[in-house]
Amino acid sequence: MTDLERRQDRSPVPSGWDYAPAPEARDIVTLQERYGLFIGGELVDPKSGEYFPTLDPSTEEPLAEVAQAGKEDVDLAVRAARDAFENGWSDVSPPERAKYLFRIARILQERSREFAVLESLNGGKPIKESRDVDVPLSAAHFFYYAGWADKLEYAFPNRRPKPVGVAGQIIPWNFPLLMLSWKIAPALAAGNTVVLKPAETTPLSALLFADVLRQAELPPGVVNIVTGDGRAGAELVKHEGVDKIAFTGSTEVGKAIQRELAGTGKKLTLELGGKAANIIFDDAALDQAVEGIVNGIYFNQGHVCCAGSRLLVQESIYEPVIEKLKQRLTTLRLGDPLDKNTDVGAINSREQLEKIKELVASGEAEGAEIYQPPCRLPEKGYWFVPTVFTNVAQSYRIAQEEIFGPVLSVLTFRTPDEAVEKANNTPYGLSAGVWTEKGSRILSMAQKLKAGVIWANTYNRFDPTSPFGGYKESGFGREGGLHGLEPYLDFDESDARGG
Amino acid sequence: MSRLPVKKTYKLFLGGEFPRSESGRTYEAQGQNVARASRKDVRDAVRAARGAVDKWSGMTAYNRGQVLYRIAEMMEARAEEFADLSSGRAEVEEAIDRWVWYAGWADKYTQVLGSSNPVAAPYFNFTVPEPTGVVGVLAPEQPALGGIVARLAPVIVGGNTAVVLASESEPLASIELAEAIATADVPGGVVNILTGHHSELAPWLAGHMDVNALDVGGADGELPELERLAAENVKRVVHGRTDRQSPYEIANFLELKTVWHPIGV
Repeated sequence: MTDLERRQDRSPVPSGWDYAPAPEARDIVTLQERYGLFIGGELVDPKSGEYFPTLDPSTEEPLAEVAQAGKEDVDLAVRAARDAFENGWSDVSPPERAKYLFRIARILQERSREFAVLESLNGGKPIKESRDVDVPLSAAHFFYYAGWADKLEYAFPNRRPKPVGVAGQIIPWNFPLLMLSWKIAPALAAGNTVVLKPAETTPLSALLFADVLRQAELPPGVVNIVTGDGRAGAELVKHEGVDKIAFTGSTEVGKAIQRELAGTGKKLTLELGGKAANIIFDDAALDQAVEGIVNGIYFNQGHVCCAGSRLLVQESIYEPVIEKLKQRLTTLRLGDPLDKNTDVGAINSREQLEKIKELVASGEAEGAEIYQPPCRLPEKGYWFVPTVFTNVAQSYRIAQEEIFGPVLSVLTFRTPDEAVEKANNTPYGLSAGVWTEKGSRILSMAQKLKAGVIWANTYNRFDPTSPFGGYKESGFGREGGLHGLEPYLDFDESDARGG
Repeated sequence: MSRLPVKKTYKLFLGGEFPRSESGRTYEAQGQNVARASRKDVRDAVRAARGAVDKWSGMTAYNRGQVLYRIAEMMEARAEEFADLSSGRAEVEEAIDRWVWYAGWADKYTQVLGSSNPVAAPYFNFTVPEPTGVVGVLAPEQPALGGIVARLAPVIVGGNTAVVLASESEPLASIELAEAIATADVPGGVVNILTGHHSELAPWLAGHMDVNALDVGGADGELPELERLAAENVKRVVHGRTDRQSPYEIANFLELKTVWHPIGV
């Protein structure tokens, strides 16, 4: 019996012992059979005539039919946004604009349970995450940006900020409501109108959000929501009536958008992929660090662009860290996203599951050593066991490419310089983690890591006041904080001392 | 018999040195033979610029400010030469004053552009601007001196290094500027200035995978193509203006880094 097996034998969760199910009731969510597009303040049938089913990824059962926006539909949405911008929304005084956003924040809080359940149903994420992270942070974003709406001159002194016009926003499926909030809250605070394209697989919380806007009495056309696959997003990017594109998603699509917008003068912000290093020094508080490693990569099934997917462990503590990590993995509860005990939910889609499987197979083929805790997967739905790869070389695909799943690649280092070198050895630069009890080392590492967010002795923390965004191929522009307003504003600096 | 003046050979400024183009080519501009850089010169310049990033961005802000101020000092000493190579004395004085203005920003922009963020949890959280890295600059054709100075100063004051394509039609002021910079304690490789044909060189700079940002303010035509090439590694594309000075011109070439740490005992 190995040491690990002996420890597993003493595991706090003995084999054969199960948690009693603690399912969250789903009856708070009332779904329509079919949803139209939210254009000009109402749900309308798509001119395309096309609908597609949206699923519960934990059961593969269809939840509703959703419209596929075509070119004509996107055009109508952009026109509605333009009309609202020019005839009404621009005349709303900034303090009144703020009050609409405060209202939205409050309604999100009031309907938090409904949103949390729906988010888990449609996205597959554990209810405790949607309940404790996605929904409260969404409300907080609206509350935060509400207060900026009538204070923009203080945020940008001497720059005479004014809205850009119509913002086209395209969001991913990993945090559907939260990404919607990151996009819509600053856009509205800055005085713009919006056409938002939710992700193909997770449209339902955005469509429920349309009902929040109705309750908030937001003027029609200020926010428009067009559902569909990438074709709808492409139409939005290309549309001449859009003044600004904000995109969160893969680096590959982000580059295509940047190319598409070349020479158009449209404003662009990109929040793209990542391959973050989570660096553990030998003086770190190990139990806390292990929790940070787990939170870093298994939070939201690893469907997180800033996930700590490359673990860099100082060689002298490699063995205890890996042992504690494996031990911890045996206690992760994978299963029904609506169960309040669940730590790891369903993979968002079949397509994503295939991508994860393909990359994991490449890791094994290239020679990495795989560890997966004993785990029963549900028979239906899309699932993947939390996975750790050791013996990983920097050149392996699992150390280079974003997997966007619950898969951790472990590398080692000896010196701080080597850790920096390895951490920065990637085209990405979204985030990084550092674990050490030595303050001066934290600041030195924070300075040297090429990433937009550095979590020191913590990981995967988010807040509306805290700017988020990447270096290098992880994109440009920031979301959150004062800095998150800038992409949604034009400035008149004509009196800056000229030449 | 009158003395025959010693004429200057106009060369590239690359890695702190003044080499000819590796291609051995020149072209005639403003009555002089000027080095006509090749795409390999572009790549060499990017390598020199990348190599200088750590040293330049690692210097204290106070120190960088003094180096920029010294560029102004070195230009003042050559004001007559600059006047002959540009539109005249007014352009020169403005260019010198622009260095002085940006020199003063070196130890201030982080306070204007950064923030400490009141997150709703027990964490200390702050945001600091940092250099993006290597910046490609397409200097405008005119003003010959004012253009390159207005675009270069905000790039390097932020700790970035630069590869500049000089004005193609009036490159002599840029080389004169390189000579001032070379004697101003600017570490080699921080500023690299290439003369030559923009249409030949700009695409290689725009598509280079080790360039972090591209100022296309001086591009004439070809803009969509340059921006498309820049997307290859998600470059920050800046439409720099020569007619103003602003801390936000510096901000265009900065990344924002946010750091979290728990508060506890």
